[in-house]
Amino acid sequence: MLSESVERIKQMVVKEFIQIFRDKRMKAIVFVIPLLQTMVFGYAVTMDVNNIPTAVYDLDRSYESRELVRRLTASGYFDVLYTLGSPAEVQDLLDRSKVTLSVQINRGFSADLHRRIPTAVQLLVDGTDSNTGIVALDYATRIILKYAGDLAPSGSQLAARIDLRQRAWYNPELKSKNYNVPGVIAMVIMLTSLLLTSMAVVREREIGTMEQLMVTPLRPAELIMGKTIPFAIIAFFDMILVTAFGVLVFNIPINGSLVLLPLSTAIYLLSILGIGLVISTVAKTQQQALMSTFLFYMPAVLLSGFMFPIENMPDFFQYLTYANPLRYFLIIIRGLFLKGNGMEILWPQMAALLIIGTVVITLSALRFRKRLV
Amino acid sequence: MKFIRIKAIAKKEMLQIVRDPLSLAMGFLMPALLLLIFGYAISLDVDDITTIVHDLDRSSLSRELIADLTASGYFKVVRYAEHHREIGDSLDSGVARVAMTIPVDFSRDIGAGRVARLQVIVDGSDSNTATIALGYIAALSEIYGRRISGITLKPLIEIRSRVWYNPELKSRNFIVPGLIAVIMMVIAALLTSLCIAREWERGTMEQLIATPVKTPELILGKMAPYFFIGFIDMALSVTMAVLLFGVPFKGSLFLLTVISGVFLFGGLSFGIIISIITKSQLVSSQISVVATYLPAFLLSGFMFSISNMERPLQVLTRIVPARYFVAILKGLFLKGSSVRFLIADAVFLLLFAVITFTVANRKFVKRIG
Repeated sequence: MLSESVERIKQMVVKEFIQIFRDKRMKAIVFVIPLLQTMVFGYAVTMDVNNIPTAVYDLDRSYESRELVRRLTASGYFDVLYTLGSPAEVQDLLDRSKVTLSVQINRGFSADLHRRIPTAVQLLVDGTDSNTGIVALDYATRIILKYAGDLAPSGSQLAARIDLRQRAWYNPELKSKNYNVPGVIAMVIMLTSLLLTSMAVVREREIGTMEQLMVTPLRPAELIMGKTIPFAIIAFFDMILVTAFGVLVFNIPINGSLVLLPLSTAIYLLSILGIGLVISTVAKTQQQALMSTFLFYMPAVLLSGFMFPIENMPDFFQYLTYANPLRYFLIIIRGLFLKGNGMEILWPQMAALLIIGTVVITLSALRFRKRLV
Repeated sequence: MKFIRIKAIAKKEMLQIVRDPLSLAMGFLMPALLLLIFGYAISLDVDDITTIVHDLDRSSLSRELIADLTASGYFKVVRYAEHHREIGDSLDSGVARVAMTIPVDFSRDIGAGRVARLQVIVDGSDSNTATIALGYIAALSEIYGRRISGITLKPLIEIRSRVWYNPELKSRNFIVPGLIAVIMMVIAALLTSLCIAREWERGTMEQLIATPVKTPELILGKMAPYFFIGFIDMALSVTMAVLLFGVPFKGSLFLLTVISGVFLFGGLSFGIIISIITKSQLVSSQISVVATYLPAFLLSGFMFSISNMERPLQVLTRIVPARYFVAILKGLFLKGSSVRFLIADAVFLLLFAVITFTVANRKFVKRIG
């Protein structure tokens, strides 16, 4: 009895694989999407701010003013692209978004410094991108104040000297790719499995082949398993692909246990495939499945802590994230890669995923049966 | 090309859309939902960083330092450690992101004029938050050092800074205009990427082929209703941005309408190309995600600034149409840019629209098999 059931599921899985990959382009897609995302997140997506395009309007043209500009450049944060001759140019460059910061050093800057009279430096920031704006102001302020302190050491000698010893754990060089690339595993699995599951089931209904499946001896549970197992296999393949790529190309460390990675992926998949199935029972057409998937996917990504820390969100949205499987899997996967966390720390996340998974799978099974009859 | 045939196809498509109210509703719900999330939930400002403090000194000076930390608003002390081990546990489990240890002789060293040590450990996994947290702490400890020594001397160089276009540096003002571009690109592609593949899959394309309708007529007719929906989405997004989120709109509404129209036309043609090439809704949906959603979201500069990217990627962003629309929208909203500043970006969008529409027409073969 059981072996017959297994045989039926196996046949269904084989049929499903033939169908998915009959379209040669699907093979490429299963490869390309994960790799593309890893590349983009490894290279592109960073909130780190450096190479801030900068213009300098130096009216003083002295050793001191040039030294200040040199220090700004040497910090690595500022790219002095323009040296200006008139204030009108400043306006123009900012309007055309050619520079983010403009530094104006007035005439008399060095003379004032020599006479120890407080002098001024003017900074103009394009606030359109508020994050870069804040950081640019902060960096520039620190560099200029440091310069002022170096010129007049007597003032700072009076202050209590505090030796700040800073260390960053888990990611000592503070590289954003180490944080982002493990997260890509969660994203890729979510997008690919969710979309494929929901659309593949709805397709049977749209084309009318669902009726053919219903006259076979397949039971509803077997049908669900036959439909989801291929996507689970693809998801596992993608997980291995991204991990290998991340480790080999981007040198992402894996500090945790390699056993926990597939285990937690499996638990995570439970909830993702479950949600895909639920969507497939709601949607009548593939268009609806695609739209519903996106309607779920985008908020889920934004409210997961993938790019935007959950602690910064208002309370209401923070509570909302507790229902988001992505939230838990991100903690697990980053804990595994960067912190070397083990089961003793990650078990609450695993448990939460297991609960969400059980709930959505049950829900989808109930709805699925109803839709079949 | 006959207008009446375009109209007929558009009417047929419109009927099909109306018959599927769920998709239509989601087409309107999606921009609203995204704007709400970005407007209310997401903030790039880093504050309330969870902190654990291990105060071994337990003096008035160390307590003052902790008070400074809390009063800054950037840090939230979630726990006071009794033992060194607690620091490791808190960071491992993510309870705290920052751990500050004030050594036993902290106040004694300050009193004696010696260098007082202060140890700070951050959870570096989220590098962005960690960098900002470290910057805050460095600034705080500097100010603290000056304050407890009673130094009120002004630094030799005074910094006069002004922020243009977004004086309060609100992240909402910077994100929302760019977000509208991303939404439009995604909606345009999601709506059209299935509309031709569907006809092939269901077999109704054969019926269309049997009619006298010509390729450009078919494509324009198919696009018309989505163009209409896209424009409603656009109007909805702009209204929400201005009325609900108070994002200033300084530019010309006429320019916004014209440029949005061009962008939408290009985006819809692009979706149609995907649909024509794949002839399968499943493949189409996957490709449109890679070709529209990801680049629009990640490589358009809407949130992740292009000047921070590696060189090859910066070059790559030049072929992402959303990049130009993001720049235009930010200019129109925050800078009140005039045609003179927008023309270069607008030309790219026009080019994109012309190319995609031409390619769509070339690729569509009105033949069975």
